[in-house]
Amino acid sequence: MDLARTEVTPRKGAGKRKDAGKRKNGGERKGAAKSVAARLGLLAVPVAFFAVFFAYPVAAIVARGLKADGVWQLGRITDVLGDAGIRHVLWFTTWQALASTALTLLIALPGAYVFARLDFPGKHVLRAVVTVPFVLPTVVVGTAFLALVGRGGLLDELWGLRLDTTVWAILLAHVFFNYAVVVRTVGGLWSQLDPRQEEAARMLGASRIAAWRKVTLPALGPAVAAAALMVFLFTFTSFGVVQILGGPTFSTLEVEIYRQTSEIFDLSTAAVLTLIQFAAVGAVLAVHAWTVRRRETALRLVDASTTARRPRGAGQWALLAGVLVSVALLLVLPPAVLVQRSFDAPDFGYYRALTSDDSGIFLVAPIEAIGNSLEYAVVATVIAVVIGGLAAAALTRRDAGRLVRGFDALLMLPLGVSAVTVGFGFLIALDEPPLDLRSSWILVPLAQALVGVPFVVRTMLPVLRAVDERLREAAAVLGASPWRVWREVDLPMVRRALLIAAGFAFAVSLGEFGATVFIARPDHPTLPVAVARLLGRAGELNYGQAMALSTILMVVCAVALLVLERLRGDRTGEF
Amino acid sequence: MSTTKKLAAMAVGLGLVTLPVLSACGSSSDSDSADSGAGSKTVTLVSHDSWAVSKSVLADFEKQSGYKVRVLKSGDAGQAVNKAILTKDNPQGDVFFGVDNTLLSRALDNGLFQSYEPKGSDLVMPEYRADEDKHRVTPIDTGDICVNYDKAYFSKHKLTPPSSFDDLVKPAYKNLLVTENAATSSPGLGFLLGTAAQYGDDGWPDYWKKLKANGVKVVDGWEQAYNEEFSGSAGGKKAGADRPLVVSYASSPPAEVIFADPKPSTAPTGVATGTCFRQVEYAGLLSNAKNAEGGKALLDFMLTKTFQDDMPMNMFVYPVREAAQVPEEFVKYGPQAKDPETMDPAKIADNRDQWVKSWTSLVLK
Repeated sequence: MDLARTEVTPRKGAGKRKDAGKRKNGGERKGAAKSVAARLGLLAVPVAFFAVFFAYPVAAIVARGLKADGVWQLGRITDVLGDAGIRHVLWFTTWQALASTALTLLIALPGAYVFARLDFPGKHVLRAVVTVPFVLPTVVVGTAFLALVGRGGLLDELWGLRLDTTVWAILLAHVFFNYAVVVRTVGGLWSQLDPRQEEAARMLGASRIAAWRKVTLPALGPAVAAAALMVFLFTFTSFGVVQILGGPTFSTLEVEIYRQTSEIFDLSTAAVLTLIQFAAVGAVLAVHAWTVRRRETALRLVDASTTARRPRGAGQWALLAGVLVSVALLLVLPPAVLVQRSFDAPDFGYYRALTSDDSGIFLVAPIEAIGNSLEYAVVATVIAVVIGGLAAAALTRRDAGRLVRGFDALLMLPLGVSAVTVGFGFLIALDEPPLDLRSSWILVPLAQALVGVPFVVRTMLPVLRAVDERLREAAAVLGASPWRVWREVDLPMVRRALLIAAGFAFAVSLGEFGATVFIARPDHPTLPVAVARLLGRAGELNYGQAMALSTILMVVCAVALLVLERLRGDRTGEF
Repeated sequence: MSTTKKLAAMAVGLGLVTLPVLSACGSSSDSDSADSGAGSKTVTLVSHDSWAVSKSVLADFEKQSGYKVRVLKSGDAGQAVNKAILTKDNPQGDVFFGVDNTLLSRALDNGLFQSYEPKGSDLVMPEYRADEDKHRVTPIDTGDICVNYDKAYFSKHKLTPPSSFDDLVKPAYKNLLVTENAATSSPGLGFLLGTAAQYGDDGWPDYWKKLKANGVKVVDGWEQAYNEEFSGSAGGKKAGADRPLVVSYASSPPAEVIFADPKPSTAPTGVATGTCFRQVEYAGLLSNAKNAEGGKALLDFMLTKTFQDDMPMNMFVYPVREAAQVPEEFVKYGPQAKDPETMDPAKIADNRDQWVKSWTSLVLK
């Protein structure tokens, strides 16, 4: 989410930087060449990282599926596409993603307005709260969500309405996950749009609606588009939600890839589906990059803290109340049921049971999963910040060329590729020295970092690009080495962005489940893995412990996000 | 090929950059990464997520044999087998445990195992033995996939719980049963095979048509069926579940007693003993195992009375060795079915994929 939020935040310095670029072109060629070389050097590490830990394993598993006796079986592609069941999956994947995106926008855009323009007590806390779902593992969310729309859930009790076997459950869960994407992406920009522009338009005689349509909407448009594309990407590749709530009747591409790979073991069908998903995700990312470039026009932005006001008038109060109710029902209630179930034993029985190691499931007490999760997440964060930071530093210059921009979009691809594909790819690709990492603990943070890097890049890049190039040039002219320029000019200005990026990478790593479950070792389960294993056993104590661990995971995520809100809360300027 | 090498070289470079940072954080968990050499004293067991053993029992084996046991759990039963097959040329371990009779042929046909007949094989009860001419696999445990019922529901409604496949299609049990997707869930597949064994290759589709007409609900996995849909389980009670019949295991009722606090005097659920399909889980020495000697010792150990006695309470399965002890709770609350449905692994191999396909279009579409 921040990946999109910060990106669509236009920068005040945009115009200035253009001038800087022009001057540069007329300047010293040699220096420019040197700097390009330095940047390409920086790029080498992230490129190597993605080549080895993403592209190579994925290519290996696709090749295993599509190559027989050394010959590519491209005929399989038409076979698979000719299958009616597969075509149905493709159709369902697309329309549920479109519907989820529309529904998310419908429900979350009022929220974006409220968070941007209205001031109310507890706003920071609430902003962290709506972000928690985004980083929760789907196994937890699926269980939580059944409690809301399933039997005995709130809707059932109030109106006898059950949605757990319908597509509505999937759509609502997608809103649950992606609400924050819209609020943070669109709301972030909205809060910085100068309200006086709209007021000026009204002063000049435009109606309220016309002023909004002609002034605010065009300014917000690109942010809405970017948010919509991110939601579309996340829901198009939805896995856990569809698997748990969709039952056997609804299946997305991602779920089908999982089934074909992991259950049915039809690797060639899985490979074809992976390629199809790759093409679709690539297309979405290309459109996303295009909208991002297109909105790179200067907007008049102001400090967010000056635009929010106490609600005035019945309309604004009603809107605030409506948003608070929808947040309570959709975002707070499902996890609250988990929390309630976790306390459903005398004397915190389920929590106490977590400290005992005699169940034999993990060889260790489940409580140790907290320590493991934190350890892995710290390592994953370090990797993600190093790799993502280097990539962002290398991509800072916007005149760096098409190739580099393309790499920018490529970094997002891991978000759109099935964890089972990556996991199985690791198994057959990273099996020879010096890369025999299959049973090494490092694989867990590596897989988590793969998901964390895009967030780091998206957070860092806009801030780095906002640093006035002339500052760097001045430092260089005064004799500073590139490293020193970075340390003395860039670092102080991006320190906060770095912390926020690290925080997000940390939270995402904590919740990562799909890849981790493949590679986590039994004596070192992470929190989501431990929850899944406990849910996989019969008996009250196991179920209760799963609820208790889920609660702990949510609390850890919420605390991490609250700390981020603090960092963001006292910011000045655009970030 | 040269690109691969280049990638590898880059990765090493990358490793040099990042590893010093990482080792500071993860030092507690890298104790046994240097174990791949020949003549190693570490033996690696690859298994599914349900593998569990008492610490003391494993420690005894390590002490007696001198081998250190490393366990790699790799997903549910199907996943673990598939992953083992994918990596069979360069396996992740020495012994694989957890391939059952429904998937046995996939493992054998792909050459996953090499021959070894562990000590104590002669003490395995005859009905569980398989592959007796080549000894590529050894039976380790068994369990029955059966319909479980919620006792409270049936006593409240003054209804006799069903006891056979035939009962399940009777109007009295309309809309009561929840089962799992046979394409993705091992108990779901077991239940389908049970009906195929009962009604024959041509008869089972008719039975399922009736079952569908009688309101059977199908969900994707056991977790959801048991914890969210089945009214007799602890999770289901909390979730307000409303299906009093579920396809689960014969050992689920004992689990409901053992994992309850305080322990009830009797199990809240029971087993419909005429709906059972017998599952047998095997272990074998992986082809290309790096520590074959250690693997053989581990397989021997898995047939000892110590391990077979310990297994039921850890994995909720029954032993296959004669005279191994079955826990009291099992005997009391989840006795093994006297005459479960069974099917020859070869027959399962021949029909599994086709049946699952027909079942999917019959029941799910």
